Amino acid sequence: MILLRNISVAHRHEFALLDISLSVGRGEFVVILGPNGAGKTTLLKVINGLCRPTSGSGEIFGQVMNSSNAGGIRRAIGYVPQIMNIDPRFPITAYEVVSFGRISKAGLFRQLGKIDKQVIEQAMSLTGIEQLADRPIGHLSGGEQQKVAIARAIAQEPELLLLDEPTSNLDLSAQQTITSLIETIYLEKKITTVMVTHLLHHIPHHAQRLILMKKGEIIKDGKRDELMDEQTLSELYDCQLSKSYIMSGTLFTPEKK
Amino acid sequence: MIELFSYKFMQNALLAALIGGASCGVTGVFVVLMRIPFISVAMSHAAFAGAVLGILTGVNPLMLAIVFSLASAFLIGPIADKADIDTNISIGIIFSIVLGIAFLCMGLIKGPKTEALKYIWGNILMVSSNNIILMAIVLILVSLFIILLFKEMKAVLFSRELSAASGIPEKKIYYIMLFLSGLVVSLNLNTIGGLLIFSLIVNPAAAAYQLTYSVKRMFLLSASFGILSTLTGLFCSYLFDVPSGAVIILISSSLFGIALLFSPKRKVKHYATA
Ligand SMILES: Nc1ncnc2c1ncn2[C@@H]1O[C@H](COP(=O)(O)OP(=O)(O)OP(=O)(O)O)[C@@H](O)[C@H]1O
Ligand SMILES: [Mg+2]
Repeated sequence: MILLRNISVAHRHEFALLDISLSVGRGEFVVILGPNGAGKTTLLKVINGLCRPTSGSGEIFGQVMNSSNAGGIRRAIGYVPQIMNIDPRFPITAYEVVSFGRISKAGLFRQLGKIDKQVIEQAMSLTGIEQLADRPIGHLSGGEQQKVAIARAIAQEPELLLLDEPTSNLDLSAQQTITSLIETIYLEKKITTVMVTHLLHHIPHHAQRLILMKKGEIIKDGKRDELMDEQTLSELYDCQLSKSYIMSGTLFTPEKK
Repeated sequence: MIELFSYKFMQNALLAALIGGASCGVTGVFVVLMRIPFISVAMSHAAFAGAVLGILTGVNPLMLAIVFSLASAFLIGPIADKADIDTNISIGIIFSIVLGIAFLCMGLIKGPKTEALKYIWGNILMVSSNNIILMAIVLILVSLFIILLFKEMKAVLFSRELSAASGIPEKKIYYIMLFLSGLVVSLNLNTIGGLLIFSLIVNPAAAAYQLTYSVKRMFLLSASFGILSTLTGLFCSYLFDVPSGAVIILISSSLFGIALLFSPKRKVKHYATA
């Protein structure tokens, strides 16, 4: 489904990605971990073509992306970006933002049809934001905006979901809600999912593959059970982590320096 | 008052006020939501540069004015994207280039430069029928774009990145909006003038922005405010013999002030800054 060969991305003198090769199959749930600046966001943007690699090649859904097929490919990719700064006075409602997910499916010069509206409403009820429909998007809290973004991505009925820190800026209960929401979506719709996160204890159970990134490189790529250990994660984040067991699972906490 | 409109020039002026007010009001919505208010200043100076070059070389000034502002409107988007800079910076670059050209040509023109200054000041009482036909065509084009591509346009105004990521032809839509803004500015220069058109584009839309959370309503309100400003400007300029452009600015600014007073959004702002 995703196939990247020796991808590098350079911003002037610095590499954001360095010789990355990666393949993700249909139906996989992959979680990407790594310290700030590791290149996680850049990797997601290379996958959906928002960022052009300096070198290397890639295929998505078996096609090499170019300017003529980019629209069609991206239509099948739901993307939830890391941060959005929204002007509280911007004249767009939550419903309209979710409906943006249907626009390119409907096509130019056409209005959204009955089916589109059904899909939008389903996406909103799945994410539990029906009652926010008519609120201006800028008036919503960070967590509510995050749910709107996820609803928009689902409304696209994508084959691939790219989630960039969907639980950032959220309170503890919202983190849990969003994490289980993502899990539900994955189970219900079997959408191939690639998710970036910093919250080790919120990695959904069904995410069996972990990719560890550091300084633009993939340093480990493998099974979750093998990589979720003190040694590996301490190296990844360059700080000594200690492991403790709690009721709901394992907790990694950094030790004081 | 009625017999006023039996004069051909007054009929033309009235049409120019209606069409110009509506087109500037509508274009203002793009400009305000894209956060590029100075595009109108850059475009009008591009038109001015074209006109001055026309006068210098003996080519039709209006035609060169249009060519110049369209070429600039065409370049703003791609320059910003290729150089990976903010659209406002790209507008600044275009602005400085056309200003350079305008000053160069002004320096080269021998004798009085009043002909060139016409494009800076404009006069709604002197608009020709041909100009009005062009203005009407542009208003129709802009309206067609908004009606036919309303959903895409909304998405691109909200976020270019999100639109691109979901497969909307974001670049084309964005460039078309820039291009139409340039077109509206260049064809309305004769009416209100290059220096003043800025306020007729920004003020009505900024006023409408204060009053609604719906893009559709924002277009309608902004167009109405634009028309109200130009019509009042026209009558005041006729009745009291004052410059129409100045009245248009004062009216549109007052509309913004009134909108601000009655804005339901002001509370949001206070909370945000508190
Ligand atoms: N447009 C840009 N220009 C210059 N450098 C950039 C640009 N975008 C990203 N970078 C650099 O590329 C590197 C990787 O950035 P990226 O956003 O992919 O990191 P990340 O892993 O997502 O980090 P975070 O956890 O903070 O979100 C960083 O060092 C960043 O400074
Ligand atoms: Mg990131």
